[in-house]
Amino acid sequence: MPSICFYFQVHQPKRLRKYTIFDINNSHFYEDEEANAGIMRKVASKCYLPTNQMMLDLIKMHEGRFRISYSISGVAIEQMKKYSPETLDSFRRLVDTGCVEILSETYYHSLSFLKSTEEFKKQIQQHRDLIKQEFGYDTNVFRNTELIYSNDIAKIAEELGFKAILAEGVEKILDWRSANFVYQPSNCNDIKVLLRNYQLSDDIAFRFSNRGWKEFPLKAERFTSWVHDLDSNAETINLFMDYETFGEHQWTETGIFEFMKVLPGFIMKHSSFSFSTPSETIQRYSVREKLNVPYYVSWADTERDLSAWVGNNIQDDALENVFRLEQQVYATANQDLINTWRALQTSDHFYYMCTKWFADGDVHKYFNPYESPYEAYINYQNVLRDFENVLFKQPVLI
Amino acid sequence: MYGWEFPPSISGGLGIACHDLTLALSQRNIKINFVLPNLKKATHQKSHVDLISSSDVILQHRYQNISYEDFLQNIDLINVNSALRPYLNEETYIEFLREIQKLSLVTEESGESFFKLNINDLYGPDLLTEVARYAYVAGQIANNVDHDIIHAHDWLTILAGIEAKKASGKKLIYHVHALEIDRSGINVNPEIYRIEKHGLEQADVIIAVSFYTKNIIVKHYGIHPNKVEVVHNAVSKTKVSKIKNIIKKSPQEKIVLFLGRVTFQKGPDYFLEAAAKVLKKQKNIKFVIAGSGDMINRLIERAAELKIGRHVIFTGFLNREQVEEVFAASDVYVMSSVSEPFGISSLEAVLFDVPVILSKQSGVAEVLKHSLKVDFWDTNDLANKIHALVKYPALQNELLVQASEELKHIQWENSAQKVEEIYKASL
Repeated sequence: MPSICFYFQVHQPKRLRKYTIFDINNSHFYEDEEANAGIMRKVASKCYLPTNQMMLDLIKMHEGRFRISYSISGVAIEQMKKYSPETLDSFRRLVDTGCVEILSETYYHSLSFLKSTEEFKKQIQQHRDLIKQEFGYDTNVFRNTELIYSNDIAKIAEELGFKAILAEGVEKILDWRSANFVYQPSNCNDIKVLLRNYQLSDDIAFRFSNRGWKEFPLKAERFTSWVHDLDSNAETINLFMDYETFGEHQWTETGIFEFMKVLPGFIMKHSSFSFSTPSETIQRYSVREKLNVPYYVSWADTERDLSAWVGNNIQDDALENVFRLEQQVYATANQDLINTWRALQTSDHFYYMCTKWFADGDVHKYFNPYESPYEAYINYQNVLRDFENVLFKQPVLI
Repeated sequence: MYGWEFPPSISGGLGIACHDLTLALSQRNIKINFVLPNLKKATHQKSHVDLISSSDVILQHRYQNISYEDFLQNIDLINVNSALRPYLNEETYIEFLREIQKLSLVTEESGESFFKLNINDLYGPDLLTEVARYAYVAGQIANNVDHDIIHAHDWLTILAGIEAKKASGKKLIYHVHALEIDRSGINVNPEIYRIEKHGLEQADVIIAVSFYTKNIIVKHYGIHPNKVEVVHNAVSKTKVSKIKNIIKKSPQEKIVLFLGRVTFQKGPDYFLEAAAKVLKKQKNIKFVIAGSGDMINRLIERAAELKIGRHVIFTGFLNREQVEEVFAASDVYVMSSVSEPFGISSLEAVLFDVPVILSKQSGVAEVLKHSLKVDFWDTNDLANKIHALVKYPALQNELLVQASEELKHIQWENSAQKVEEIYKASL
């Protein structure tokens, strides 16, 4: 009796404004509020609002049998409150149905786990508090930035009391195994890991509007038949994707909404298929095997590693430079400074600095507000230089 | 092929492009009769006798005195006596004529025999007359030399190409390295523009060194885009000598380099304004302006006015060895051109491990993606980027790692292959 586990990622970074040498020591305001407001409102109208409405209708129509989960970054919620409160309200209505699970992540959608376990834990707690405050909801399941995962990350999540963690179901960690079962990290005894079925997830998230794809145009019936084919050798089919798939990455004109509106109905025509949230999934199915992942995997690019965010000279340098300030930042006990510093850890800043494939132009370019990775780095370094100057003038309180 | 400059007398990108492309073509077994304007070289004795008597005589000989003779076996150099040089304008042409006159006087003083040389008997009294004279003389070569294609580089030789086409009826290719629009901005010389437009219309195929240049050809000269092929220039690895390993960059004082003709087209004034802005934030930098040109005096005055004279070095014209030395010592290379059809020197900078900031108004920016780019007029942005390169070493490292990788694919062999395809298609 397999179930489908949908999880959607909702995230919008706080983009930096163009910040030059002429701003250093003159202006301590780093955010591009205009761009951030504009993008939040645009994505809200194209994706968040219509998709939330569609999900709400589906939940009502299927009388609670259609169940989904979200992870919404802290910086995304902050910006919804500021620029699109109706979006946050519509998420609240979804949570109120009881058919929606909210997952934990780092508040700043950051790479903090790479440099500081303490900072990593603080940001998870900050996000947990925010979810409690905005949705009255206690989280049970953790997913890390861009599905970055390893034994060590699983261990920390277990220590923090999470019951499950999500990861990419990539061959290099699965070997002969299937992603469609519940596993347990090899170094843990309690927490479970759910693995993304990347073939089926990417059929919707990436290939849906690809005219060169042999399955184009993908119909819900066809997709359902692939899901149903897994009947005898799957327990959970984990479809994890960016929420912006609906209406933003795949435009309305591609038929993505029509596809999604009928999909749950088609899937549940087969009586043994149902929908579960991650917490329900780990209760329904028992652990099949232990899974050993001694290195980082992610859901990014074809490499499914960290190379979108770290590894080249400018990325490593920038990451090093921001974390160098950790002690000094906390020594000020100034919450504004702490938050500004944390916002500089958001993974997107480092993604913009990726030189891999830059010359070819690809998905990295699409999401990049900068003309080149080098411009991203220069801007970031200028901001950091000013922040440092401000920081070292602060009285040390602790 | 009607081209420009061969070693040892190369003064700019046009000469380098002609030479390196020809070499790469000859390696593809394409036989080239390379016609170039040249002053009849004075022989050791009774030089000007020879000079006068052979004023309009075409000399044909194998190029001697070279280490890579194997490559050159497919190239015949044909010198045509002419005072044409690349980058000449009306004034500099007259100046050049005066210099030739002076040179001949020196020989007269030291030589034994005395012959009065009247320069105007040899060369056109003004640039356009000389271009026309050259076109006629050089064009006639097509009657005597077997060929399948006529290939002319830039406006100074396109008329010769057209004459050759009249003589032999073969297809004419106009290879555009620069246009009057690039050189002079809004102060376009209408005569030169007319020659260029005529050439572009008469040519059977046009080769542009970049999409940037193709766009100008289509937009400003009204040529149909289908007639214009783009073949990017490249850089040859052999350009890097041992100097690179001898000269070490200074860790204390950074050097930011401008290299090129100090003329309107190259935007040295924007470089200087940006320098002043950087120096307000960061003192331990020297800005080097390497090259000569008609804007030098104005720039020296402006540097004084900006009170940055101490930080700006004007080197004057540099020979090849000096160019390599200054590349090797530099930390940042800036190409601030107002309009740059290609810009080979920025590829050379990368060969010398110097990261580059390119004008977006350039052709090279199309192939060197791993570079910093600015609008030439945006001196704030230029200052911001110079500062970043000087201040953040990781930026320099990553740019060089990536650009060096990119350079592996920017080779003359690829350009020559494209040119050969164009030849074959037009036969």
